[in-house]
Amino acid sequence: MTRNQNPGRAQRAADWADGRLGIYTLARANLRKIFPDHWSFMLGEICLYTFLIIILTGVWLTLFFKPSMGEVIYDGSYVPLKGVPMSEAYASTVGINFEVRGGLLIRQIHHWAAIVFVAAMFVHMMRVFFTGAFRKPREINWLFGFLLLFLGMLDGFFGYSLPDDLLSGTGIRFIEGVVLAVPVVGTYIQMFLFGGEFPGHDIIPRFFTIHVLLIPGIMLGLLVAHLILVFYHKHTQWAGPGKTEKNVVGMPLMPVYMAKAGGFFFLVFGIVALMSAVATVNPIWAYGPYRPDQVSTDAQPDWYMGFAEGLIRVMPGWEIGLWGHTLNLGVLIPFTLFPVILGAIAVYPFVESWVTNDRREHHLLDRPRNAPVRTALGAAWISVYLVMLAGGGNDLIATHLHLSLNAITYFVRIGFFVAPVVTFVVTKRWCLGLQRRDREKVLHGRETGIIKRLQHGEFTEVHAGLAPAELHRLTAHKQPNPLEAAAPIDENGVAHPAGVLTRARARLSRGFYGEHARIAKATAEEYREITEGHGH
Amino acid sequence: MKKLSARRRHPLAALVVLLLALAATGGLYAAFAPADKAQADVAAQSLAIDEGKKLFAVGCSSCHGLNGQGSSAGPSLVGVGSASVDFQVGTGRMPAQQPGAQVPSKQNIYSQAEIDQLAAFVASLGPGPVTPTKEQYTSTNPDDISKGGELFRTNCAQCHNFAGQGGALTKGKYAPSLEGADAKHIYEAMQTGPQNMPSFPDTTMPEEQKKQIVAFVRHTNSDEPNPGGLTLGSLGPVTEGLFGWIFGLGTLIAVAIWVAAHTTKAKKS
Amino acid sequence: MSHDMSEEKLPESHGAAGEVADHVDPFADPGLPAHEPRRTDIDERAAKRAERQVSLMFVLSMLATVGFIASYVAIDPDKIVYIFPLGHVSALNFALGLTLGVALFLIGAGAVHWARTLMSDVEMPAERHPIEADDEVRADVIQQFKTGAAESGFGRRKMIRNTLIGSMALVPLSGVVLLRDLGPLPEKKLKETGWKEATPAKPVQLINMSTNTPMTAADIAVGSLTFAMPEGLHVHDEDFQQRIAKDALMLVRIAPDDIKDDKSREKGFDGILAYSKICTHVGCPISLYEQQTHHALCPCHQSTFDLSDGARVIFGPAGHPLPQLKITTDEKGFLVATGDFQEPVGPSYWERAR
Repeated sequence: MTRNQNPGRAQRAADWADGRLGIYTLARANLRKIFPDHWSFMLGEICLYTFLIIILTGVWLTLFFKPSMGEVIYDGSYVPLKGVPMSEAYASTVGINFEVRGGLLIRQIHHWAAIVFVAAMFVHMMRVFFTGAFRKPREINWLFGFLLLFLGMLDGFFGYSLPDDLLSGTGIRFIEGVVLAVPVVGTYIQMFLFGGEFPGHDIIPRFFTIHVLLIPGIMLGLLVAHLILVFYHKHTQWAGPGKTEKNVVGMPLMPVYMAKAGGFFFLVFGIVALMSAVATVNPIWAYGPYRPDQVSTDAQPDWYMGFAEGLIRVMPGWEIGLWGHTLNLGVLIPFTLFPVILGAIAVYPFVESWVTNDRREHHLLDRPRNAPVRTALGAAWISVYLVMLAGGGNDLIATHLHLSLNAITYFVRIGFFVAPVVTFVVTKRWCLGLQRRDREKVLHGRETGIIKRLQHGEFTEVHAGLAPAELHRLTAHKQPNPLEAAAPIDENGVAHPAGVLTRARARLSRGFYGEHARIAKATAEEYREITEGHGH
Repeated sequence: MKKLSARRRHPLAALVVLLLALAATGGLYAAFAPADKAQADVAAQSLAIDEGKKLFAVGCSSCHGLNGQGSSAGPSLVGVGSASVDFQVGTGRMPAQQPGAQVPSKQNIYSQAEIDQLAAFVASLGPGPVTPTKEQYTSTNPDDISKGGELFRTNCAQCHNFAGQGGALTKGKYAPSLEGADAKHIYEAMQTGPQNMPSFPDTTMPEEQKKQIVAFVRHTNSDEPNPGGLTLGSLGPVTEGLFGWIFGLGTLIAVAIWVAAHTTKAKKS
Repeated sequence: MSHDMSEEKLPESHGAAGEVADHVDPFADPGLPAHEPRRTDIDERAAKRAERQVSLMFVLSMLATVGFIASYVAIDPDKIVYIFPLGHVSALNFALGLTLGVALFLIGAGAVHWARTLMSDVEMPAERHPIEADDEVRADVIQQFKTGAAESGFGRRKMIRNTLIGSMALVPLSGVVLLRDLGPLPEKKLKETGWKEATPAKPVQLINMSTNTPMTAADIAVGSLTFAMPEGLHVHDEDFQQRIAKDALMLVRIAPDDIKDDKSREKGFDGILAYSKICTHVGCPISLYEQQTHHALCPCHQSTFDLSDGARVIFGPAGHPLPQLKITTDEKGFLVATGDFQEPVGPSYWERAR
C-alpha cells in the first residue's frame, strides 16, 4: 500500500490507526455527518453529559466511601454527631463532606447531576413522544431510552440509599415492606435480599455493588446502543423548506457539532458545578445516622420516585385474608401500578402503529397539534404522573398551603381517575383549535394588526399572505384516513364478519384519525379559490 | 355542725369546697415545694397572683372561666402549671384569636412581667409544671448538642422534621417550625405538651435531657452553618427536586436554546 | 450557494393524488432558503472581535482552574463564610464549586461562541438511505441462513437439538442455586420479636429509650409519649438495629374512660398502652402522636391509627392495627411485659395469618 510520500506527523498516526482499525472508512461516513439545529434536540445531550458527570464523580466517591454497616463511634469534625454510634457507611459519607477537601462539592455534583439526569431524560422522552419521533424506524431506540430512564431512576434510588442516613434508611425499610407484600415468595426474597432480618449487615454492600457496577454497566451498554442507533438512523427534523423525509438538513459534525456538542458538555458540567456551589443537596449530616426506631417527617424519596411515593401514599389500606394467608393489596397494587403506568408509555409506539397500521418510515417530526389524540394521551399520562407526584408530597403541600393532609389525599385519589380524562379532552380540543388556526392562517394569511377603512366605511384588518416557506411548513403534515373494518372474504366468496380485534382496531383507528380528531387542512383548491377570489 | 350540713346544698357550696380544696392543694404544694422557692418573698408572690387574676379576668376568663375552671370554649387550667401559661401566652398562642384545627402562634401582647403574673395566678389554681429557670434550659456543655441530637431524632424529629422545620399532622393540624423558637418555650413545650403535642414529663425525660434537646435545636436552627449552600428550607428531597427542575434543568435548557439558535444575520430580514 | 442545494429547490414532482396539473401546488416545498451571512462572515473586524471574545473565555477558564487549585491548597475545610444570599456556607465548597463551574462553563461557552460566530453556518442537506435492505440482499441472506442451517443439521438431527435445548435450559440452574446462601430462610423470624423472652414467671422490663432506665406506672403521665425497648438490649449490641426494628414500643397513657376498646384497655396497665412503633404498612417508625385526639400518624405514608381504639386504622394505606403488647407491673412497680406480641409486628406478608 502506497500513500502520500511526505505525510505530517498527525497524518502518520492516523494512517497507523487506519491500518489497524479502519478509521478512515468509519470517518468518511461520520466526520461530516449532518445534525439539525433545534434546542429540543439537545435534551438528550443533557442526559448524556449528566450521565458522564455522574460516572466521573461517582468513581471519585468510591475512593472514599466505605460500604460497610459495621458500627463506629463518630469522632470527626461535625459537632452535632460527636460520639454518636453509626455505620461505617454513614461515617465515611460524613467524612467525605467535612474532612475530604472538595468532597462536599463532588458529592453534591454527583447528586445534583443525578436529579437533573433523570429530569432531562424525562423531558427528552416527552419531546420524542409529542413529536412522534418514536415512529418507525426508531421504536427500538425508544425502548432503549425508556430502559435508560427506568434504570436511571432505580440506580438513583440505590445511590441515595447508600449513605445509611436516617432518610435513606427509611427508604430501605420501605423496600423491605414492599418486598414482604409480594405474595408467596415475599418473605424469602426479603431474607435473601437483606441476608436475614431487616436491616442486617449486608444490604449496603449489596446495594453498593448494584449501584456502582451492575446497573451502570447495563446503562452504559444501552447508552452506547442508543447513540449508535441515533447515528445510524440520522436525526429527525422539523418539516420546513428544503426538509423532506429523504434528507436531513443541518450543520456538519466536524467542526460545528464537535464544538457545539463538545462545548455543551462543559456548559452542563459547569452549571451543575455551580449548582453544587450554591445549593445543598441531601444534607446527610443533618439527617443523622439510620436507626429503625427513628424517623423524620418529610420522609420523601428523590423526585423521580415521588410518583411511586404518591401511589403508595394515597392507596387505601386494603388487606385480604386468603386461607390463613394475607394479601397486602394496599402495598401490592401501587407497587404493580408503578411499572404498569410507566410501561404504558413504553409500549405506546407499538400500540399506535398497530392502531394506525402505519408501516412507513418517519423522519419528519409531527407538530403535537397535528396528532391530537397522541398529544392528548401523552398529556393525560403526564397529568396522572403529576397528580401522583403531588400525592407524594401531600404533607408538604398541607403545611405550606395550610390545607388538611386528609383532604389532599382524597383529592389525589379522585384526581387519579378524573385528571387524565379532563386533560385528554381539553388537550385534544386545544390541538384541534390550533389546527383550525393553522388552516385560517394558510387560507387568509396572518393578521398584520393594520386596520383599514374601506370606502363604504367598514373597518377591516389587513391580512398578509404567508411566504411559500411558511405555507409549506403549515401544510406539510399528512392526514391519513382511518382503517376500515373490512369484512374478510374467504376462498368461497363468503364475507365473514370482522373479528373483535379487527373491529376494535378500526374503532380505535377512527378515534385516532377520524373526523373528530382532525380539522381538514387547507387544500390547494381552497387556497386558490380564496387567493384568486381576492384578485377578481 | 348542723349549720354546716344545712348549707351543704347551698348553690355556692361547690365553689367553697373547690376553693378549700384548691387552697389545700396549694398549701400542700407550698409545703412540699423546694425550700428556696417556699422561702421566696411571700408578699410579692401573693401580689403577683392578685395582679394575675385581674389580667386573667380580662384576657382569659371568657373561655377558661373566671377561676380557670374551663368551659365549652376552653379547657380547665387547674394543674397546668406556670410553664404552660408562660408557653401559651409567651408565644402568642393565647389568648386565641379564632377557633380552628390548631391555635397558631402570633405576636405576643403581654409583657414578660404580666405573663409572670398570669402564670402565678394559674399556678395558684393547682400544682403543675413550673416555668424553668435560665440554668435549666441553657446548656454549657458542648457534648450536649450531639446527645440532644440523638434524643431529638428519637422523640421529636418524627413531627418537627430533622432540622426542626415542622411538619403536617392529621386534618389540618401541624407540628410548628422550631426556627427562631425561644429556648425557654421549647423547654416548656416538652414539659407541658401544648395542644396536640404529647408531653415529655421529667419522669420519662429528665431535665438534663430536655436541656440537651434545647441545645441541639438552638444549634441547628441558629448557630449551625449550612456548609453546602442554600438549605432549600431543609425539607428533604421535595424542594431539592423543585430546585433541580427549575434552576438546574431550566438553566440547562436556556443554554441549549442559545447553543442551538441561529446566529443573528448581518442583514435584517 | 453550493450546487446540490439548488437541486433541493426543485418542487417535489409527486403532488397529492388527483391534483390538477395546470397549476403549481401553492404548498410545494420552496426548497432550502439561501444562506445569509452573519456579521462575522462579512466584517473582518467583527470576526476579530469574536476571536478575542472566545480566547478571553479560554483565558478566564485557565485563571479559574488556577483559582481552584489555590482554593484547594489555601482554604481550611472547616472555614465558614457568609455569602449573600446563601448564608453561612463552607468557604472551601463555595470557592471550589465556583472556580470549577466557571472554568468548565467558559470552555463550553468559548467553544459554542466560536462555532456560532466563526465556523461556517451554511445549512446543508444529507441524503437518508433506506434502512430496509432491498429484495435481492434479503433473498441472499435468507438463502445463506438456510444453507448454514441445513449444513448444521440442526433441524434434521432432532436428538442433538433436543439435548442441546435441555442442557441450555438446565445450566442456569447452577447460577440460581448459588444464590441460596444470600440469606437464611424466613422460618418464624418475622413472627417473633425480642419480647418473646418475657414470660409471666420471668417478665421483661420496659426500658425508656431516652434514659435507659425502667419506668413505673406513675412515671407515665396522661398525654405523654415515651418510647421503650426490652430490658437487656443495648445500643452497641451487634444485632441492635435488627432487634429495635421489631421491638420498638410507643407508650401512651389515656384516661381509662377514654379508651374505647375493652381488649386494648385490658392489655394496658391503668390506661398505659404499649403499641408497636413499627407501622403495619411498610414499617416506618410511626410516632406522630396527637395527645388530644389520640391519633398516631405515620410520617412516611400518613397511615393514621386511633390509639384509644385498639390502634384501629382510621386513614391511610395501612391494612391492620398496630399490635399491642400486654403490659403489667412487677413487684417493684416497674412496667413489664409478660409475653410477646400476639401477632407479628410490622408490615404484613404472605404467611401472616389474618
